Amino acid sequence: MGLLEGRMEDSFLVTNLEHAINWARESSLWPMTFGLACCAIEMMATGAPRYDIDRFGAGAFRATPRQADLMIVAGTVNLKMAERVRRLYNQMPDPKFVIAMGACTCGGGPYYKYGYNVAKGVDLVVPVDVYVPGCPPRPEALLEGLMRIQDKIHKMRDLTKGQPDEMPIPTRTGSVLLPPELSDPEKAVEFLKENKERAKPVKA
Amino acid sequence: MTSLVLFLLIFIAAGLTLLAANLVLGWFIRPDKPSAAKAEVYECGEQPVGPAWVQFDLRFYVVALLFVIFDVELAFFFPWAVVFGSATRAADEEPQHAAQRIEAAKNLQPQETPTESTPTPPPAAAAKQLAWIAFADILVFFGVLLVGFAYLWRRGDLEWVRSTAAQPEHTSVSAGETHATQPVPVGHTL
Repeated sequence: MGLLEGRMEDSFLVTNLEHAINWARESSLWPMTFGLACCAIEMMATGAPRYDIDRFGAGAFRATPRQADLMIVAGTVNLKMAERVRRLYNQMPDPKFVIAMGACTCGGGPYYKYGYNVAKGVDLVVPVDVYVPGCPPRPEALLEGLMRIQDKIHKMRDLTKGQPDEMPIPTRTGSVLLPPELSDPEKAVEFLKENKERAKPVKA
Repeated sequence: MTSLVLFLLIFIAAGLTLLAANLVLGWFIRPDKPSAAKAEVYECGEQPVGPAWVQFDLRFYVVALLFVIFDVELAFFFPWAVVFGSATRAADEEPQHAAQRIEAAKNLQPQETPTESTPTPPPAAAAKQLAWIAFADILVFFGVLLVGFAYLWRRGDLEWVRSTAAQPEHTSVSAGETHATQPVPVGHTL
């Protein structure tokens, strides 16, 4: 909101102007293609004709962060990828929103216990607005997530109250107590060998 | 005349106003939170390596120049074609095309001559001669430009990719030497 942020008093004109600006913003949320794993398939399904995200105005998936205002993190976020997620989030222009789609982004998902390379939840990396649980969430669930973001935008009062300057910092550390099988290097090697034995096909 | 100038001025003013109004409104309304992280060069999420400004590829200039030259040549073809068409139609001796012949002959005259009340079909031999001369003219014009085109082609200006590796083995010594002495990394020099 640059010059006018938080500077105007509540009045008929300002309220309606805010309403108009919010309506324009929520009806044209352009997502950034951030399909990392299986949730990307469901995101593609949401973009396809049957569940059609384009009727919400969010059909223009941009490949570059510079033209996107919504980042749908769809898929497991590895530690290697987390750096890139953060950098791309930084390069998006304001106002920006993040949907954490799928169990992996909500809190590590199925990789919470043994996934040593997975960031346990993307909210450790970027500030998330809406969490969409599911493994993978159905397209209708993603659409509900999008509608929650639209509600959030509807409640924005940029001209009268402005936006906070600081970005939220995660309150949890994301370090996971490893299960007893993996707590020592020797035990970990034992565990791997046991797994390999169990994975061998049974001779009929 | 002044009404035309006024009309144009109003149009320009309206256009500029619409443009300026949108930009100014945007300037007031859009969020302004610049940061070093946001202004970083985009490289698909990676740490950017090297400058974002790339050297202009000169091949685009060469292609554009050739295009302009041959486009101007084409522009010269059009009036020639009009005159040639009129001349051939004026030379047509079939009786049912007499009206066409008179029309064509009128087109060949300079614009200001007064029209006759009872037009007669023009002599066909003169028109035919004109047509042949016009044809010879265009052949000369086209021939000169064709020589230029052949020179370009032979010189290799029409190749998008020029590399020493792609040179044929059996070029003559002089051509081989010329190519070998030019520095030709693929894609960045003429």
